[in-house]
Amino acid sequence: MDGAAVPRFPRGVRLREDAARGRWVVLAPERAFVPDDVALEVLKLVDGERSVGGIADLLAARFDAPREVIEADIAEMLRDLAERGVVVAG
Amino acid sequence: MTGDEMRAPPPLGLLAELTHRCPLRCPYCSNPTELHRASRELDAATWGRIFAEASALGVLQVHLSGGEPTARRDLPAIIRHAVSAGLYTNLITSGVLTDERRFAELVEAGLDHVQLSVQDAEASSADRIGGYAGGHARKLRFAPIVRAAGLPLTLNAVVHRQNLDRLPDLIELALTLGAGRLEVAHVQYYGWALRNRAALLPTRAQLDAATDTVNRARDELKGRLVIDYVVPDYYATLPKACMGGWGRQFLAVSPTGLALPCHAAESLPGFTFPDLRTTSLQDAWNNSEAFNRFRGTAWMPEPCRGCARKEQDWGGCRCQAFALTGDAANTDPACALSPHHALLDLAVREAAEATHEFTYREMGRAPAPATG
Ligand code: SF4
Ligand code: SF4
Repeated sequence: MDGAAVPRFPRGVRLREDAARGRWVVLAPERAFVPDDVALEVLKLVDGERSVGGIADLLAARFDAPREVIEADIAEMLRDLAERGVVVAG
Repeated sequence: MTGDEMRAPPPLGLLAELTHRCPLRCPYCSNPTELHRASRELDAATWGRIFAEASALGVLQVHLSGGEPTARRDLPAIIRHAVSAGLYTNLITSGVLTDERRFAELVEAGLDHVQLSVQDAEASSADRIGGYAGGHARKLRFAPIVRAAGLPLTLNAVVHRQNLDRLPDLIELALTLGAGRLEVAHVQYYGWALRNRAALLPTRAQLDAATDTVNRARDELKGRLVIDYVVPDYYATLPKACMGGWGRQFLAVSPTGLALPCHAAESLPGFTFPDLRTTSLQDAWNNSEAFNRFRGTAWMPEPCRGCARKEQDWGGCRCQAFALTGDAANTDPACALSPHHALLDLAVREAAEATHEFTYREMGRAPAPATG
């Protein structure tokens, strides 16, 4: 997952709001997990079209933070999620 | 029961039993022994309303089951309803009715995941257990269709005395078929399975070998295959928290629209289960006497009442308590503290001397109630 990679959810994995419990959840085969706040901001921007760099642009603007640092953090987080099968590089 | 216990947390999962029709005749089928016919099944629009109500209540996942859910021609419409309600959709199927074209319709409708059941790893035995000639070969053709469509696949193997020795082959089969997960599920003994218990209960030696096999495979296959495996009740000393506790996390809806705390509960006498043709799911979950009866801990008899584990296992399975003791409100006899626990040892000893003959699941053929 470098800056140009375009992450997406594989078939069978979905992010959705769990309004009844006031949170968001990632649903996958026979399991579900609750992403932390930072991961959630990133996952909400995963749409199969935006690149890691594109996500970093948006979040750097939104949180007024240095873009390079943000991109590195996002790339690492997505690598970790990719190892667990939650996202794939498309 | 106090007011607090009555206010139930919202359910996470819904088991939608779309039909009791099934071409297979497994002698351990979890369907009630009184099977309903197609004419009484809920239509797709009613399922759509139930899914919308379930999602609003807090349900995240729907398991589309049966019988054989693909026996319903309107399954794509039913899946579309679930998807538009925002539910994660899992199809629980025997795989024998679905070809490429038909599966493409389910994928198109938005299906997320498939759980395919197999009766054995060896075709002739699998077909004998399922009571359906050629079924195993059809399953082997179905799995690649799922994988080619890019959907995740779980293999579900119901195990018992007549196939447990082939557990290594079942694990191999899961790998060959490209499953990411294998569920090794021991038969649960109520309904049809209770009638066939003597032919199905594994021996202690088989069970120990199976547990070893699973432990080794889990190590070797880390990252390739996840294996779900639970020791069966008849060899346990502590019961399982059946369904995560009565009316706590899950509910099932029968083909005719009854809301049930567990798929086997329809056979319990003395209950009026809410009818979702006329009652909302929310009302059924929160306010019905059937869902509230075994919620919390206030209903419990001794030894559960004074036990430290009562909020861990919730007294075990109500259906097993009824099947073996005649009273659904008793402690699950799987618990070593139950005064009825000896019934399980007795059943194991009886099974050791029994034959391999089955009473197959069939419409209009309810098995005689088992004794003891
Ligand atoms: S357990 Fe067997 S008979 Fe029962 S629904 Fe499943 S495949 Fe059909
Ligand atoms: S006595 Fe009841 S609560 Fe205690 S372990 Fe046995 S079943 Fe569970």
